[in-house]
Amino acid sequence: MAKSNILARTGNEAMAEAMRQINPDVVAAYPITPATEIVQIFAGYVADGLVDTEFVPVESEHSAMSACIGASAAGGRAMTGTSSQGLALMAEMLYVASGLRLPIVLADVNRALSSPINIHCDHSDTMMVKEAGWIQIFSENAQEAYDNMVQAIKIAETAKVPVIVTTDGFIISHGMERIEILDDSVVKSFVGPYKPENYLLNFDKIITVGALDLPDYYFEHRRQAAEAMRTAGAIIMDVASGYQKISGRSYGLLEKYKLDDADCAIVAMGSTAGTAKVAIDNLRAKGLKVGLLKPRVFRPFPKSEISDALKNIKAIAVMDRSDSMNGQEGPVCLEVKAALYDKSLNKPVLDYIYGLGGREIRLDEIENIYNDLFEAIKGKSKDKITYLGVRE
Amino acid sequence: MANLKELSKQKELFTGGHRGCAGCGAVMVARQVLMAAGPNTVVASATGCLEVISTIFPFTSWNVPFVHSAFENAGATISGVEALYKSWVRQGKYDKKLNFIAFGGDGGTYDIGLQSLSGAMERGHNILYVCYNNEAYMNTGVQRSGATPKGADTTTAPVGKVKKGKEQYRKDLTAIMIAHGIPYAAQSIAGNWRDLTSKVEKALSIEGPKFINVFQPCRLGWSFEPELTCEMGRLAADTCVWPLFEVVDGQYKITYKPKVKKPVSEWVKLQGRFRNMLKPENKALLDDLQNFTDRQWEALLKKEAASIPQA
Repeated sequence: MAKSNILARTGNEAMAEAMRQINPDVVAAYPITPATEIVQIFAGYVADGLVDTEFVPVESEHSAMSACIGASAAGGRAMTGTSSQGLALMAEMLYVASGLRLPIVLADVNRALSSPINIHCDHSDTMMVKEAGWIQIFSENAQEAYDNMVQAIKIAETAKVPVIVTTDGFIISHGMERIEILDDSVVKSFVGPYKPENYLLNFDKIITVGALDLPDYYFEHRRQAAEAMRTAGAIIMDVASGYQKISGRSYGLLEKYKLDDADCAIVAMGSTAGTAKVAIDNLRAKGLKVGLLKPRVFRPFPKSEISDALKNIKAIAVMDRSDSMNGQEGPVCLEVKAALYDKSLNKPVLDYIYGLGGREIRLDEIENIYNDLFEAIKGKSKDKITYLGVRE
Repeated sequence: MANLKELSKQKELFTGGHRGCAGCGAVMVARQVLMAAGPNTVVASATGCLEVISTIFPFTSWNVPFVHSAFENAGATISGVEALYKSWVRQGKYDKKLNFIAFGGDGGTYDIGLQSLSGAMERGHNILYVCYNNEAYMNTGVQRSGATPKGADTTTAPVGKVKKGKEQYRKDLTAIMIAHGIPYAAQSIAGNWRDLTSKVEKALSIEGPKFINVFQPCRLGWSFEPELTCEMGRLAADTCVWPLFEVVDGQYKITYKPKVKKPVSEWVKLQGRFRNMLKPENKALLDDLQNFTDRQWEALLKKEAASIPQA
């Protein structure tokens, strides 16, 4: 393992640090709370000549993604960062980027969507673009944010699928933590040079990018993009294994915490997974067999890994930090249920929609969820969908 | 500057076989712009007629690198390409001298793409943005845009029993671009190859953001005979409906002054979109277009008179 540097960093600082070490050719970005700091810090690196990056301070997030698309299609490494309304404004271009198979990496600091306007954390923004053809990797803390960013660029370029790495707004983005940073040279050699197959600035092979596909070709191209997403899971695992060698930190599509012998499990993504781990330790101390499943990768959805991990659990609670406003469960719960159905696993699955607009999630609330699960095992009926911590 | 014979012997950078209408002015603009720019050029295009007719997969008319991503963002897309180029040159990874040109129709430039264009111009990218301005959304079937002249019949501002076509004057986008303080802005027409190619050459010789608003007669949307495209462009210049001028570092120069300024009716009467304007009871509309045209032309003459003459 290479020598590491131990630093105190916020999630935003950690992501900016990863971007400095990746040293992308182009960063195009627009300010939005709580992601602003990432590109603001990065602009400082540009101003100090610490990176080779051309920084494009665009006039909107739509243009941020458009400029990243231009830069990536031209043959370069392009990155950006945003949140919430910014991601929503980019949405059109996210589909274009993935359809063109451009390996752009986006740091998204999860924040609620308007309306009402709110600047605090929930996962509505990332969930809004879950069908945009981007790999989605959630971070539990600043360390993971850093590690995920470094891995993301390699994942994107190998899979030819763009990647969103998320942190939770303010909770991770502005929370100071102890993190370990790799040496610049270690990241540089891990990431390696980007060698695009086809690119605009290659005049030896002139190409047209973004052609009009009619019914005779569109379907095949979408099929290829779908297949790239389907096979990205193996690439993510390969990259994680390489990263483990340089960092000593191991990553998978999901993380299990005290899950294997558990009776009841919570499925949670992002910073809440960290809170759940403490709740689990508290309950385990009381002799309760409880565990956590933390999907790290939400796209591609690790369907069989999730159903395998949950197959012996007697009751499951999914914590959804967004609501699909669809008259049924939140987005994560629906997909977990679909995964279980495929393996013919019929067991109680409760959905907890929580934390919208930055509403605090407390340890006791998570411990109560486990109580609900033990009741559910006993066959006591429980609401399938609970809005946790809301005044009704 | 190359003469017509020399231009005609160049390798075609925008080839035939595209799906443009007979008499399409947009393809004429693209071809002539590339003739002037040469092969070391990267093109970005907004969604619109030009992109749709020239890139139907697996075919392309573009013998230069070409990128299209969406409708409202040609300015931002070409910014990204140019930024990558600058980064590579600075890193010593690339040494070829390149031109960066974006094309957008008036819909993609005056309206939905204005923000992206304004941002690109303000940031000072070394790009040339060419608006092929046919005064309406032609690709989607002749809807009114910010460039459509008052009194024209379009499908979203149609002539009806109580309405008389578009009720607003066209927006002066060239003035908006000039107000950005860019080093080069110009108006040209499809139908005067010398004017267009010389302006493109001049623009590309200047470092920084450049804009050319090319008036492009559209036989479908304006409803005239396809062989008249060039004539319609020249008539726009002869009537001063579309003056040809350039602004270099804020100094105006009119590049074509008609010996005899023709009445706008000469141009109007050849177009189906102005049919209603030609009815005797709508004379006020025609007069209004003439007055609008005269006011703009007089204002332009004053700006030129107040400018430092170019070398």
